[in-house]
Amino acid sequence: MRLALLSVIVAMMCSSSSQGATDSLVVCLPDTTNNMFEPVSQSAREIRELSWLVLGICAAIGLVVEAVLVWSILRFRARPHAAKGEPSQVYGSNSVEIAWTVVPCVIVFVLTLATVRTIREVELTEPPSGALMVIAIGHQWWWEYRYEAEGVVTANELVVPVGRPVWLTLLSADVIHSWWVPRLTGKTDLVPNWTNHTWFNAEQAGIYKGQCAEYCGTQHGGMFLRVEARAPAEFAAWIEEQKQPASVVMAAEQGHQLFTELACMNCHEVVGTSDGTFGPSLTHLMSRSTIGSGVAPLDRDTLRLWIADPSNLKPGCNMPSLKLNDEELDAMVGYLLTLR
Amino acid sequence: MTSPNQHQQSAAKPEPTRALADRLCDWVVTVDHKKLGIMYVAAGIIFFVVAGLEGAAMRAQLAKPGNDLIDPATFNQLFTMHGTTMVFLVGMPILLGMGNYLIPLMVGARDMAFPRLNAFGFWLFIFGAVLLYFSYIGATGLYGTAAAPDVGWFAYAPLTSRTFSRGNATEYWVLGIMVSGFGSITTAINLITTSLCMRCPGMTLMRMPLMVWMMLVVGVLVITALPVLTASQVMLLFDRQLGAHFFDTEAAGSAVLWQHLFWFFGHPEVYILVLPAFGFVSEIIPVFSRKVIFGYPLMVAATVAIGFISLGVWAHHMFAVGLGPELNAFFAASTFLISVPTGIKVFNWMGTMVGGRIRFDSPMLFCTGFVAMFVLGGLTGVMLAVVPFDWQLSDSYFVVAHFHYVLFGGVLLAIFGGIHFWFPKAFGKMLNERLGKATFWFLFIGFNLTFGPMHVMGILGMPRRVYTFPPDRGLDLWNLISSLGVLVQCAGVLCFVWNVILSLRKGKPAGDDPWDAWTLEWATTSPPPEWNFDRIPVATSRRPLWDQKHPEDPDWKYE
Repeated sequence: MRLALLSVIVAMMCSSSSQGATDSLVVCLPDTTNNMFEPVSQSAREIRELSWLVLGICAAIGLVVEAVLVWSILRFRARPHAAKGEPSQVYGSNSVEIAWTVVPCVIVFVLTLATVRTIREVELTEPPSGALMVIAIGHQWWWEYRYEAEGVVTANELVVPVGRPVWLTLLSADVIHSWWVPRLTGKTDLVPNWTNHTWFNAEQAGIYKGQCAEYCGTQHGGMFLRVEARAPAEFAAWIEEQKQPASVVMAAEQGHQLFTELACMNCHEVVGTSDGTFGPSLTHLMSRSTIGSGVAPLDRDTLRLWIADPSNLKPGCNMPSLKLNDEELDAMVGYLLTLR
Repeated sequence: MTSPNQHQQSAAKPEPTRALADRLCDWVVTVDHKKLGIMYVAAGIIFFVVAGLEGAAMRAQLAKPGNDLIDPATFNQLFTMHGTTMVFLVGMPILLGMGNYLIPLMVGARDMAFPRLNAFGFWLFIFGAVLLYFSYIGATGLYGTAAAPDVGWFAYAPLTSRTFSRGNATEYWVLGIMVSGFGSITTAINLITTSLCMRCPGMTLMRMPLMVWMMLVVGVLVITALPVLTASQVMLLFDRQLGAHFFDTEAAGSAVLWQHLFWFFGHPEVYILVLPAFGFVSEIIPVFSRKVIFGYPLMVAATVAIGFISLGVWAHHMFAVGLGPELNAFFAASTFLISVPTGIKVFNWMGTMVGGRIRFDSPMLFCTGFVAMFVLGGLTGVMLAVVPFDWQLSDSYFVVAHFHYVLFGGVLLAIFGGIHFWFPKAFGKMLNERLGKATFWFLFIGFNLTFGPMHVMGILGMPRRVYTFPPDRGLDLWNLISSLGVLVQCAGVLCFVWNVILSLRKGKPAGDDPWDAWTLEWATTSPPPEWNFDRIPVATSRRPLWDQKHPEDPDWKYE
């Protein structure tokens, strides 16, 4: 069994690593992998090294135990022509029993040391020097990212510079969520009334995905994570872009009007227009490439479908359908499309 | 006290002429540990089918990416009810029920220490179970009426607060589990008292069958751990109904406190489920290997050690919560430590098999399957104790695979082994051997098909409890295989149910001791009379029946 499992894992990794190579080139490419054994960050790599060690030790133990089990099944099964009577009764053996108590103790001791070492390397209590500080807030069922020093607020798609450590302060606005992008680092929970931190440093440009890993209600399964690592210059440009106020386009005035008259502005922030905080900021909505925390790619069609009734794409989510008619929908979508 | 002669007469009373209502009434008012045990197991099997169907529905939804067979709200109810049912209404009643049936017979007693308390516990369990399932009809949830609880089986705060869990489905979860939990506590008190105080002459503690030892430790764990769950559920009820703020994070309550309390119960619970399974295996493997258990004293020591250490490992469920490096390291170390006594048990079972003359009748098949699968589940458990590895794989499908290897590949296979082993004792009829073997192979293969691929799904980043998954993550094939495995498992369960029905009607008569076994339950008739033993037996050694069968080489010489 263990052998089969291992070969399966190896085969799976070979196949996915050949697909993974082209990820960083195109924004919305399918075939992205979330394989924890393909790290692109120091902490995820340290976890991988330890994981291989542990996997190796456990696989070896498993192989030996299962082999002895199979051997004893084959060797000691009752045969039809075997001698009558009972086999000799062995009540135990002190030396053997001491051996199979002490050896596991030694293995366990080694594992403990290796574990403690990696915990100290990965679980930092202070931000690494020069880190980009971002506050991540979990909501049912989307992510809010606040770049405090830069004065930028965005949602669901975390943009970071390649090569620079990122120190995430993890908070929750409602229930427990968990931030898990396997190729960048292991998961850390976002617990209300409790401050957590995690960090990573993306070593190559690309899009790294993940999703909420702690059950958080109806749309737990539709709460995707997306981290985009960009070259430092591109990242700086992105920050500048995000700091701009929301664009105002006269042609979209009807939609803008609707946005302010209907309930939209109660929940959504558009800098200069509204300051809602219950839903994702829409100031630069169209700079993002997905909608509904990653449940669909963001374009005119999905946006229209979403506003008509969000439960088309994300059943159970907290945004209500505003029951707009076709004309209003077009106006609203037209307005949102200008928020670049 | 009545004399043996009178017993003989009452036993000869013609059964079939009595009205159905009378016989039903017998079962309802009974305080006989054997009838209660059978009812526990029967109820557990019914709930096993229900929870299995809930699992099958989830696998149907997850058979392909982006499936919309089941909506997310229903899916969340399904996994909540599947987990809750399997732990509280399948594992606990079947295991405690078999303990109920077997412990008095194994220690040579006429009944449990407190027979009426025993009956009370059983009916509490039934009432709690019905209350929980009544939620499907009577509860209101987030999206209206007829809503089962949807907070997950470990019901993390603050998802359970009134803000995020409207309606009263969560109350059904709390009260259903709390009531059946009281039942488990009474059973535990009975198990402890019976094994300590009701042993027949000659049966010293170190002569108790290993199964009795394990149930004794289980009893201690139940009365240690379950009240903590009950207390935290009361606190949760206070929060929801009386405006308390224990777990209410909007009013400075603590979400982490719930996790500590829940897992302080939740992890010993794993051993509450797995120790009786160890007990079954420790009885069955020697009989079919035709050898005495290897290293009895070390087995006892390992059992007690597991009992102690299991109370100090709970926070390994919380490595991602942010408890800090020191606590994480401590709980990693204690978790590694518990693998040592567990490993000892596996080695001792294998030491029993080596040099034996192993008969692979269906009970032994299940137990061999148990050892093979439990080793895998144990090793993935060691991996998950490695904190950084756990940061990646906690709350992923890898964990789902891990605990199904422990609880299905481990506990459930052992339960099936136990049922196949003791069914002839309980009903006086043999189970059909061919159907028994078919049950094993369907379950074994189906189980590995379903849960093996989940290891890979977790490594590929699939979290647990998601109602669907996107198509671009390399998860499609693994999920499909996993879902197809369910069909094979269903065939196994069908074989088992058919086997039980068939054998109850026209199974081969079993005789007192069909397996040529050595413990006291085989010294009485099958099924045993209401008073178990006409004459209280005397335990001359750990294997009293071996001594009778081999007077030239009795066991007591070697103790």
